Amino acid sequence: MKLVTAIIKPFKLDEVREALSAIGVQGITVTEVKGFGRQKGHTELYRGAEYVVDFLPKVKIEAAVSTDQFERVIEAIEAGARTGKIGDGKVFVYDLEQVVRIRTGETGAEAL
Amino acid sequence: MKKLFASLALGLTLCFGSAAFAQTAPAADAKVEAKAEAAAPATAPAAAPAAAEAAPALVPNKGDTAWMMVSTILVIMMVVPGLALFYGGLVRSKNMLSVLMQVMVTFSLVTVLWFIYGYSLAFTEGNAYIGGLDRLFMNGIWDNAAGTFANAATFSKGVVIPEITFAGFQATFAGITCALIVGAFAERIKFSAVLIFMTLWFTFSYLPIAHMVWFWMGPDAYTAKEVVDEMNGKAGMIWQWGALDFAGGTVVHINAAVAGLVGAFMIGKRIGYGREAMTPHSLTLTMVGASLLWVGWFGFNAGSALEANGFAALAFVNTLLATAAAVLAWCVGEALMRGKASMLGAASGAVAGLVAITPAAGNVGIGGGLVIGIVAGFACLWGVNGLKKMLGADDTLDVFGVHGVGGVVGALLTGVFNSPALGGPGFVADWTTATMVTAADYSIAAQVWTQAKAVLVTIVWSGVVSLVAFKLVDLTVGLRVSEEAEREGLDITSHGETAYHG
Repeated sequence: MKLVTAIIKPFKLDEVREALSAIGVQGITVTEVKGFGRQKGHTELYRGAEYVVDFLPKVKIEAAVSTDQFERVIEAIEAGARTGKIGDGKVFVYDLEQVVRIRTGETGAEAL
Repeated sequence: MKKLFASLALGLTLCFGSAAFAQTAPAADAKVEAKAEAAAPATAPAAAPAAAEAAPALVPNKGDTAWMMVSTILVIMMVVPGLALFYGGLVRSKNMLSVLMQVMVTFSLVTVLWFIYGYSLAFTEGNAYIGGLDRLFMNGIWDNAAGTFANAATFSKGVVIPEITFAGFQATFAGITCALIVGAFAERIKFSAVLIFMTLWFTFSYLPIAHMVWFWMGPDAYTAKEVVDEMNGKAGMIWQWGALDFAGGTVVHINAAVAGLVGAFMIGKRIGYGREAMTPHSLTLTMVGASLLWVGWFGFNAGSALEANGFAALAFVNTLLATAAAVLAWCVGEALMRGKASMLGAASGAVAGLVAITPAAGNVGIGGGLVIGIVAGFACLWGVNGLKKMLGADDTLDVFGVHGVGGVVGALLTGVFNSPALGGPGFVADWTTATMVTAADYSIAAQVWTQAKAVLVTIVWSGVVSLVAFKLVDLTVGLRVSEEAEREGLDITSHGETAYHG
């Protein structure tokens, strides 16, 4: 099992969600985060006080998927999130040790 | 121990005050208070008409009285919630409630002190610097047994409003002036320090300056040429100089701004100032606050005419036009300087224009108002940028940059645009006949110099009083919260609350 994590631009969330649904990913967790990579921040000005804001708002998506599925999941995320401009984001894949469905107690692949 | 002593002192003062409230009126008194036109409202109990002339007792004009009551309400709205939100939106969310508290409670404290002794010391006959105790606890302002109310003069002979209405109107001025100051040292001052400082500063700076600039015997006291010198001699020192301050450029704005700046210096910068981000948490609320200030200011300026007449209408229109011009000027200035006009800039521009037109509102023509607004917009933009850097203090909400610079600009330009040659009404040259100065006799240079003297006295007086008051507070309860408290936020540490959850 793998935990696929992706940092994407916020306005791309709907496209990514649809792309994941299309390949059968049933559930995801979404968090609002901020960060930066190569995409530059912006400057804010309040009267005389100037602030350089490096952090940009992003969205983090996490999905627990089966090992044979995760490559398609990465493709789906890439397709949904890509704009071609700097700041599109990254996908990280972690090995998932254990998954439990709380309602039923199912574990492992059945809980995905 | 120090804290206990300080709180006790404050508490006892208030207790004595409230216990001694009296309503008994001196017999058959028709106290007439008047405000100098062009100068701000100042009143003195004048001799009852029972004297030389067999004048009928003056009856308050209902339209004027109604307008004054509405104006009072508008000024209250300027403070709560206007100023509170304007300031509050500019601080970090962890300090929002502390700003709202400081504004609201300062206003309440000063209002109470006003009705105990403030009104009397500002607006009764005393000497050139301060009034007397004739109206201590509002003594004599109405006769509850007879059901009669004392009168206050306006700027027109034979026209009066109830003195109690005048006192209420002026109470809000005292309150808002003190509330203005808190912006300079927001996010780090101790709440008790604010209250004790305000009590001292209100008593020793606001009251004397209000008396010096605004107190006079009223138009009805000037019955004949022979009494003119005597009546002039009873007025406040700055009034006698002939300084013009319609609604409080010196008394309110410069006075408060200097106190704020001194406070900012003495309290020191916020932790992390210049390094950490201290962005406004809600410019939306700041705009709401600025808008309430603008709307309410019509009461502040036009109400200072004390009548619902042409000069109130002039002040009204100037308050509209100068402010709009200042908004534009600030936006243009910012766009030129940084490439973008900002919401905070527009809101600040509005306040700058309002501050500058305050001394000028009924004292300049419409063209003069327009110019004052434009100049104030640019001047205060510099005030919060260039000047702020030069001064080097952490004047958190730019009290000096806006109210100080705007107040000085407005006060000086009042001397220019009051001139009949520049569309202004001029001033009353002879109160016996209520004749205005002619264009030929008007010297702009002389008037601007008079204005400058008033500005200088205000700056020095407020500066010295503030210095001493802050020092006293520092030695008793301490000015600043602890570093941990400042980091965590004043809302939680000073007031046990959060403004926003989650």
